[in-house]
Amino acid sequence: MKKSILALFVLILIATGANAQFSEMIKKSEVHGSFEFDGAYYLPDDAMGITDSMINGRNFAFNGFGNIIYTLGKFSAGLRYEAYLPPIAGFDAKLEGQGIPYLWAKYTSEKFTFTVGNFYEQFGMGLTFRTYEEWSLGYDNSMNGARITYEPVKGLIMKAVYGSQRFYWAKWKPNSRGIVKGFDAELDFNQVFKSMENSKVRLIIGGSAVSKYQSDLDPIYKLPRNVSNLGGRFSLGIGNFNIASEYAWKVNDPSAINKYIYKDGDAFIFTLSYSTKGFGFFGMFKRLDNMSYKSDRTVISNALDINFLPPNTEIHSYMLTAIYPYATQPNGEIGFQLQINYKIPRKSKLGGKYGMGISVNYSQVNNIDRQQVNDTTPVSDLKWESGTLGWTSPFFKFGKPVFWQDMNIEINKKFSKKFKAIFKYMYQTYDIAVLQGHPGEPTIYANIALVDMTYKFNSKNALRWEAQGFWSQQDKGSWLALLLEYTISPHWFFAFSNQYNYGNPVAKDQIHYYNLSFGYTRRTSRIALTYGRQREGIVCVGGVCRQVPAANGFTVTITSSF
Amino acid sequence: MKKIIVFTFIVLIGSVALGQGVTQMNKLPSVNIKTLDGQPFNTSQIQNDGKPIVISFWALWCKPCKKEMEAYNENYEDWQQQTGVKIYAVSIDDARSTQKVLPFVRGHDWQMTVLLDPNGDFKRAMNVNLIPHTFLLDGNGKIVYQHTSYYEGMEDEFFELIKKVAAGEDIAKH
Repeated sequence: MKKSILALFVLILIATGANAQFSEMIKKSEVHGSFEFDGAYYLPDDAMGITDSMINGRNFAFNGFGNIIYTLGKFSAGLRYEAYLPPIAGFDAKLEGQGIPYLWAKYTSEKFTFTVGNFYEQFGMGLTFRTYEEWSLGYDNSMNGARITYEPVKGLIMKAVYGSQRFYWAKWKPNSRGIVKGFDAELDFNQVFKSMENSKVRLIIGGSAVSKYQSDLDPIYKLPRNVSNLGGRFSLGIGNFNIASEYAWKVNDPSAINKYIYKDGDAFIFTLSYSTKGFGFFGMFKRLDNMSYKSDRTVISNALDINFLPPNTEIHSYMLTAIYPYATQPNGEIGFQLQINYKIPRKSKLGGKYGMGISVNYSQVNNIDRQQVNDTTPVSDLKWESGTLGWTSPFFKFGKPVFWQDMNIEINKKFSKKFKAIFKYMYQTYDIAVLQGHPGEPTIYANIALVDMTYKFNSKNALRWEAQGFWSQQDKGSWLALLLEYTISPHWFFAFSNQYNYGNPVAKDQIHYYNLSFGYTRRTSRIALTYGRQREGIVCVGGVCRQVPAANGFTVTITSSF
Repeated sequence: MKKIIVFTFIVLIGSVALGQGVTQMNKLPSVNIKTLDGQPFNTSQIQNDGKPIVISFWALWCKPCKKEMEAYNENYEDWQQQTGVKIYAVSIDDARSTQKVLPFVRGHDWQMTVLLDPNGDFKRAMNVNLIPHTFLLDGNGKIVYQHTSYYEGMEDEFFELIKKVAAGEDIAKH
């Protein structure tokens, strides 16, 4: 049956191929795509304690995808093929396999857009709904269903979504993961109302309602099958000031993450910025209280999230500033962030010929303050009782412990046409017991300093070097790191780096994590080859993290798009 | 059924790919993203009165991207005078730092037009895997060149291409 349908399709295609209309259609069509292969070859390493039996014959690992988009006027369709054969160390074992997890078709008219199949979408800041993919984490919570976007007038956008979410390679079945539906509307006053067209006040408001349905098969608890999450937001700009805020409220949603409590959840984000030529200020306040929202309440891993809980900490990209990155605590956290960017003007005393950039950032995240909701429900800072109302918590009170603290200053200076440098100092507090789930381990306090210098020999050749130090008494102790990178524009790079854990309290773990790499880029194609050691740790994007095991070996990355 | 759809799709794409120049992007995809201060913006509105356009994807967490943007910013006035080029810098920072882009950009006094693509919709539609990823469009809005990565000094060569495009030369062989 299937074969005959297939044959019919091919026949129709060939027949229409002769048709003039079809060739006209082909002329107007466009095809674009991209692909990436990440391969690894693992080697045993005595110093890191990696033996042949641990590798267990899985010396090769491979993650790859190919993405194709077809466009014909207002119609477009696409697919993404993925393969994890087997997945690279640190990616979820459930990814092993291959297939097409992303297949979609879209039609766009002046006021409507219809999408069927898989899609990514975000409502506001994402506190009620966000689906996205992050290749470097192996994360993908795409919806599989339908979406309609409607824009009746310019500046008013309404969206409706319906479907189930991706869970690795598992097909959706009744009584498994839930079904998600959502609606969002956003109104831009300055575009909709003529009287505000040239106003100095810029106002946008939005609201969303999301609901999930999952059947209740729990043997102990009677669980809500429908759980809704409602959100409201606004963004206001007056002159150089900008304020953006979002609040979301979720009805009780007992789950494996919150240990099955019947407490409502809420989340609040408030940001304020002031900026003028050469000066920028940013402030943020954020509070999450029992806000994990997944389409399967039994899942605790990084999957099936319906909403997105952005961290309020800075993202660090230097080697030693990124040893201990922040992971969002969906059961409760309260924190803030302050940042100042200032550019000391050119031709001033400090600024010199090219000016000098200064950036100061402070962020802190605490636990929320948990108090007893009634006399019969015991609660402590990080413990509560399943099957209860959980806790109650004063909205603006910072609780114990401090999960995270980060004070850093970065100075950016160009000394001449050929030479520039970045200096950075950072002080970090990191509650490893909570953030990495290692109960009993002491909180880490660290001082980090680094310098990043670039010397340009001529318009094509440049050398960059980094020297970094990380000083701490806790966990793995202190580190030193060095990086040398030589680039020949526009095609080549060669790099050597070494991270030396000289202060590790365990003498045999005072290891050099060296790496040698080179790469070639031409237009949108890039190949990079690395040999060396990878330290154990976590990689985080947007507060979502993945454990990376220690490894030694070769990795190759090939990427291209057309 | 899924196999049939996929198969049909591949046959269709195969036959299209045999046609000439189909991988040439003649028109930008229409995707709803945002302006720097959060107003809705459709990417089909990207235009520059028949002069060259540069679209560059970057993020606050991407060091080479910021270097590339700084390099463009330093030369922007010059480049504009000579070629009339317009640069769109599309930030793919997610909700964690979308609101930090505005004070950063103003604080660094960037002159380019900055757009926000917080959920990567435009990035996906343009097949961007890695950032920085930069596109050069001719006066008709056709993509004539693109590259990924940024190395020190790359902007000089890139400007040579912009000049050629502004003069109406074909740069397909570069």
